[in-house]
Amino acid sequence: MTRYPLILLKTFAWIACLAPFTWLAWAAVMNNLGPDPTATIAFTTGRTTLRLLAITLAISPLRRLLPRLGWLIRFRRLLGLFAFFYATLHMLTYVGLYAGFDVGLMISDIAKRRYITMGMAAWLLLLPLAATSTQWSIRKLGGKRWSRLHMLIYPAIVCGVIHFWWQMKPGVLTPLGITVIVAVILLARLVLAWAQRRKALAAAAGDARNDGRRQSKGNSIRATG
Amino acid sequence: MLIGTPPEIPSSEITSQSEYLKRQSRRRFLRHAAAGAAAVGAAALGAERLARVLDPGQTVLAGTAGTKLQTVYSPLTTTGETLTPFYDITHYNNFYEFGVNKDDPYKHAGGLPTRPWSIQVEGLVKKPRTFGIDELLKLRPLEDRVYRHRCVEAWSMVIPWVGYSLSEFIQQCEPLSTAKYVQFFSYYNWHVEKWSGEDPGIYWPYREGLRMDEAMNPLTLLAFGLYGQVLPNQDGAPVRIVVPWKYGYKSAKSIVKVRFVKKQPDTTWNNQSPSEYGFYSNVNPSVDTVPWSQKNERRIGLPFYEQLRTTLMFNGYGDQVAYLYKGMNLRRDY
Repeated sequence: MTRYPLILLKTFAWIACLAPFTWLAWAAVMNNLGPDPTATIAFTTGRTTLRLLAITLAISPLRRLLPRLGWLIRFRRLLGLFAFFYATLHMLTYVGLYAGFDVGLMISDIAKRRYITMGMAAWLLLLPLAATSTQWSIRKLGGKRWSRLHMLIYPAIVCGVIHFWWQMKPGVLTPLGITVIVAVILLARLVLAWAQRRKALAAAAGDARNDGRRQSKGNSIRATG
Repeated sequence: MLIGTPPEIPSSEITSQSEYLKRQSRRRFLRHAAAGAAAVGAAALGAERLARVLDPGQTVLAGTAGTKLQTVYSPLTTTGETLTPFYDITHYNNFYEFGVNKDDPYKHAGGLPTRPWSIQVEGLVKKPRTFGIDELLKLRPLEDRVYRHRCVEAWSMVIPWVGYSLSEFIQQCEPLSTAKYVQFFSYYNWHVEKWSGEDPGIYWPYREGLRMDEAMNPLTLLAFGLYGQVLPNQDGAPVRIVVPWKYGYKSAKSIVKVRFVKKQPDTTWNNQSPSEYGFYSNVNPSVDTVPWSQKNERRIGLPFYEQLRTTLMFNGYGDQVAYLYKGMNLRRDY
């Protein structure tokens, strides 16, 4: 992709990623956040986090399925960091607006309430990913280790979805949509990894000079990169 | 806020109910702080009162939601609180028969057949009988009673109810001295309340109950209206119980049957999850429930930075009700 369309698309991505925050800020100023503004803020930031994480995760399988969309990789860090931005806002909504910065209350909440435990776990899993999002970190860690570390996005999104379900009252099916989407993405990754491995093994079998195991391992790591 | 002289506004400025609702979103948009919310509440009440003065013929008893009710002052009203806007009280409800989302009752409670209506009285009474809604409305003067309302989901409101003490009604029922508890049954018809028919988890109809002395406490209200008018369907029309020192689910809506019994009666949420929802369910910041800490609450209808407040024991009504639980361990009998 040439430079100018990329700049244009990045601008769009920024605007799209900032839209939920801008809406919240505007609605807060206008006092238009509904009967329970705190809950609206928590719900909006939480939902946006899961959506951005899902989009971030969808990029790799999309590139594999449609090689022409290879340039999507350039948006992955942006989307991932915005996911972390909303996750942090979500966590701070709890800390400030629900717990009122009461440390004792937060400790007992995290220990007692499984949805808070799960939400906190998801945020903690995202923290090292955001911290190592720079080119410098990739160089410092080495591509392989960096890739492996960033596989934490899988447990993070699973924790996030479970957290969403656990804080709903029984009978409310709001998290169903995002659950299906995440399940499809995770399944796609598994299927693609399996196909890759088969292809690699076939290639290895066809070429006696290559070590099939090593080949397939190398490929699966690249698949997550 | 409920008493005092009406504000000096010309009759042409009086807002009709439909117009009032229409303006709500605009109002919310214009409103910036709690002071604004108070002004809306006060203006609405002022308008109701003024309308009554100007056109007494309009204040008939009965009718559907929105009909104005003739009310008198009550010393039992809670003072010093900003009223939650009418819009929020009527668009943010838990009324599971109509759905589990907060706006479901507002959307789906329209079909609740509030007329004709009667309450069947049975169990340990001198003589079982039925009270028609018009008879109930005329039983005692209807009082304006502002109460804090604390939901177990850790949100709260301040609601200007209209009604009289449940004890007045209970006296008319003539319970026997063997009656130690009273059980309430809510309206149930899954053709009307579609969602309830689909949910296998709850045994309908909705049931609640109180110990006799709790039911006879003057704070316990038999409510027919809010904001000076007939209860909107989603708030439990045409008649409901309000127990301000207990979590909201104890205040059963749309009552069709009252049964006086000897033993502690079955109540819906206690039946659902006994470890979480006790029979008493007094507001108690020191007894946590599993999904929510009960230490804090969020006041509905305020800007996000003003919502959080500390939950008070008995929802702040300890002076009037603490004696009921003397000698009881409220950590065990939650």
